[in-house]
Amino acid sequence: MTNSPQTDGIVAGRLDDATLAAHFDDLYPILDDHEARVAADRCYFCHDAPCITACPTAIDIPLFIRQIQTGQPDGAARTILSQNILGAMCARVCPTETLCEGACVRNEAEGNPVEIGRLQRYATDGLLLANEHPFARAPETGKTVAVIGAGPAGLSAAHRLAMLGHAVTLYDTRTKAGGLNEYGIAAYKAANGIAQAEVDWLLRIGGITVKTGQALGAGLTLDGLKATHDAVFLGIGLAGVNALNVPGEDLPAVQDAVDFIETLRQTGDKASLPIGRHVVVIGGGMTAVDAAVQSRLLGAEHVSIVYRRDRGAMSASDYELDHAATEGVSILTNAMPVAISAAGVTFAYTRSGPNGLEKTGETFTLKADQVFKAIGQTLKGQPDALKTQGGKIVIDAAGRTSVTGVWAGGDCATGGEDLTVTAVAQGRDAALDIHRALCP
Amino acid sequence: MANLTSTFVGIKSPNPFWLASAPPTDKEYNVRRAFEAGWGGVVWKTLGEAGPPVVNVNGPRYGAIWGADRRLLGLNNIELITDRPLEVNLREMKAVKRDYPDRALIASLMVPCVEEAWKTILPLVEETGADGIELNCGCPHGMSERGMGAAVGQNPDLIEQITRWCKQYTRMPVIVKLTPNITDVRLPARAALRGGADAVSLINTINSITSVDLDDFAPEPSIDGKGTHGGYCGPAVKPIALNMVAEIARDAETRGLPISGIGGVTTWRDAAEFLSLGAGNVQVCTAAMTYGFGIIKEMTAGLSLWMDRKGLSSVEAVVGRAVPNVTDWQYLNLNYVTKAKIDQDKCISCGRCYAACEDTSHQAIWMKPGRVFEVNDAECVACNLCVNVCPVEDCITMEKVAPGALDERTGKVVPAEHGDWTAHPNNPMARAAE
Ligand SMILES: Cc1cc2nc3c(=O)[nH]c(=O)nc-3n(C[C@H](O)[C@H](O)[C@H](O)COP(=O)(O)OP(=O)(O)OC[C@H]3O[C@@H](n4cnc5c(N)ncnc54)[C@H](O)[C@@H]3O)c2cc1C
Ligand SMILES: Cc1cc2nc3c(=O)[nH]c(=O)nc-3n(C[C@H](O)[C@H](O)[C@H](O)COP(=O)(O)O)c2cc1C
Ligand code: SF4
Ligand code: SF4
Ligand code: SF4
Repeated sequence: MTNSPQTDGIVAGRLDDATLAAHFDDLYPILDDHEARVAADRCYFCHDAPCITACPTAIDIPLFIRQIQTGQPDGAARTILSQNILGAMCARVCPTETLCEGACVRNEAEGNPVEIGRLQRYATDGLLLANEHPFARAPETGKTVAVIGAGPAGLSAAHRLAMLGHAVTLYDTRTKAGGLNEYGIAAYKAANGIAQAEVDWLLRIGGITVKTGQALGAGLTLDGLKATHDAVFLGIGLAGVNALNVPGEDLPAVQDAVDFIETLRQTGDKASLPIGRHVVVIGGGMTAVDAAVQSRLLGAEHVSIVYRRDRGAMSASDYELDHAATEGVSILTNAMPVAISAAGVTFAYTRSGPNGLEKTGETFTLKADQVFKAIGQTLKGQPDALKTQGGKIVIDAAGRTSVTGVWAGGDCATGGEDLTVTAVAQGRDAALDIHRALCP
Repeated sequence: MANLTSTFVGIKSPNPFWLASAPPTDKEYNVRRAFEAGWGGVVWKTLGEAGPPVVNVNGPRYGAIWGADRRLLGLNNIELITDRPLEVNLREMKAVKRDYPDRALIASLMVPCVEEAWKTILPLVEETGADGIELNCGCPHGMSERGMGAAVGQNPDLIEQITRWCKQYTRMPVIVKLTPNITDVRLPARAALRGGADAVSLINTINSITSVDLDDFAPEPSIDGKGTHGGYCGPAVKPIALNMVAEIARDAETRGLPISGIGGVTTWRDAAEFLSLGAGNVQVCTAAMTYGFGIIKEMTAGLSLWMDRKGLSSVEAVVGRAVPNVTDWQYLNLNYVTKAKIDQDKCISCGRCYAACEDTSHQAIWMKPGRVFEVNDAECVACNLCVNVCPVEDCITMEKVAPGALDERTGKVVPAEHGDWTAHPNNPMARAAE
């Protein structure tokens, strides 16, 4: 270790290997058997449970927790996975405080929900780590489906379609399947190679051919896919990013947060990753939080998230923001960037006025040797034929796009929040609708 | 402060909490520590005849059932009477009694049903300075196969006989410990009374198998692949014990016979309940075995505080207070009408009351939009199931419908006067009431 958090500039190896390993390990370790029994005992087995309603994939939560209680975590895993095939990843990444756990009646009872997420992980990790796939395929239907994008939406759709007996080809432009599970989610939420392990385990259903390095719009066309398959599902996520449009944006020290995170996720040796001493992250969502926290974990001395509106408007949950604050990230609000230079980023204070956000006239400059932009991802590479709205492919409740024979789901499509679990739900539901269309 | 001193069949102790005859009282080391912790008395682990002592199994001797968070609710055991030599126990009892003269020390005895056996052991016990004896007519396993314990307790004639022998051969007060493994506990209690018993104590443990090992297909606790029924005790048996105590307390023949209440006493409240149903004191086993001797502090402090709040200055003032209110079903007032009421501020919207009432009872709870649960008085029969399944204490209460008001379910006005089954028009045996 030649450098420290106090070394100026953008340098690698600010922390020793052991510290880095600890920083990027599981944020929360898996519950042990005893912890799981204690946590499971707290579930009331509610009638028409509100936690189920709050789960985008509608997992039967009281049932799976009862199965843990009665000593059958593998049975619990089946209950979870039958609704949500990426139950293991969701258990790690879902913002449970705003989903299932946020709806748990024990918040009302004593301000402390049942630990649904951690119980879900306890159940699903068992099958996953044993590489035991609990489902079998129905007899072949002879139908073929093209699934574009191997992120949560595409994987979920592909698995359900394969399970129903269809032959699926899963295309992705990248070299590995998994989408943001592999390239985006914070490293400490998806530690120990879980994303690839989950993909491998999921593919054991059979009937899915994975073709990586193949992009829709660069080689693959919608018409071509429609001609060679009985149905097409698009789960291409949001491949573009928004620009800041301020002077200095193209300085080498200014980078898209998603690119930084992607590199970080794909690099085993975290000590080889360069990071600034003073890091400024611009944005207010999950991506901003993850970029900021992971900068700190790599050894950046001062890291700030700067958001142009007030804290309440940030899309990152309170829980995520608290986590960032605990990791030593400063969170500044009501400030928008006006210029970036080698010295730092100059921000203008803002307030909400009659015509939206306005500058107060005052400015300040934050020292920065590295700047990450996290102001939102955008739809990119979608076929022109598809109707879009607000930067998303328009779908109906069953996942159908405006073009017959084409379904879509996940971040690229309308409906629901941009979350892993929503993508899984939409992929699954589109698959069921495709099945109904192909095998009426 | 309430006076907790207790005098039971003339035996004094600083509080009414005795340790029941069981492992906690099986040796001097335990009993000294119990007395230091504050227990009022002990019934020494049951002594057998002189000679080679009984032997216990060397595999597990307890089985259990648990509630949420693995809280022990019921314990079962296949232990026998003391497996230490009689002389050792007697010597230790004497030493303990000498050092703790203010505490009650009772000898629990179980010897064969022959006069000579009793005649032989009683003077030996008397010599220790023990305050009394308890005849173990209850052990339901092992000893009963040898014609002792529950085998005696299930035969009123034998109870009467051994009680009589004991009364004949000792000046010490005689307490007869009854088994619950019978259909009508009043019969053995009456037999003990006829034999001259000073008191009865109950209950001993209940025949039980707690669970089955589903790999070996053997009952637990399983010894080398085999199991046998054990004796059940702990919080789970309290309701059975309370009923049996009350039955004896209100029986015309045994009324007034002192009772030492045993079975699931775990907190001060349990003790207060036993006392109010007619027990003169209580004995504790499982609670001590679960949490250690320290629980006595909560028990005595709790009982004392409760008595102060109630203005009850002595244990005697508590004993039997609830007995007049134990009656037969036929005398219950059918004109007493209540309805469940949900406190919306306390309700956490779990819906358990709804599931219970809708699926298994009277469809008297509405589930309204926004997970609001309300009772439909027109259907509520006041069964109390919702109250019992609700996870929040006092969230659902039973509210009395005032006489003169309409019972929406029956469409009738609630009468002010008492009306029970004995005079009900549907009762073919009803004594005509005008
Ligand atoms: C930094 C970051 C952190 C996040 N953290 C969380 C979190 O903690 N919890 C949570 O629930 N959600 C989180 N999210 C959101 C979550 O990752 C997404 O909602 C989810 O991955 C959406 O799944 P998807 O399948 O729709 O898209 P993606 O996961 O983006 O997958 C799309 C796939 O399509 C491929 N693709 C794109 N274009 C083409 C094309 N033209 N041809 C072929 N293939 C193409 C991509 O390579 C990719 O593999 C986070 C997102 C980011 C960016
Ligand atoms: C392990 C064990 C051994 C017992 N041994 C005896 C005994 O030797 N003599 C006896 O009269 N009762 C014996 N009992 C019964 C207890 O004295 C008591 O009656 C019974 O456990 C119910 O009380 P509890 O619910 O407080 O445990 C034993 C109970 C247990 C758990
Ligand atoms: S809301 Fe909470 S207590 Fe109720 S079923 Fe769901 S996890 Fe269990
Ligand atoms: S309680 Fe003590 S004697 Fe009993 S099994 Fe455990 S360690 Fe052994
Ligand atoms: S059981 Fe109790 S807490 Fe649950 S809904 Fe009914 S009244 Fe409310």
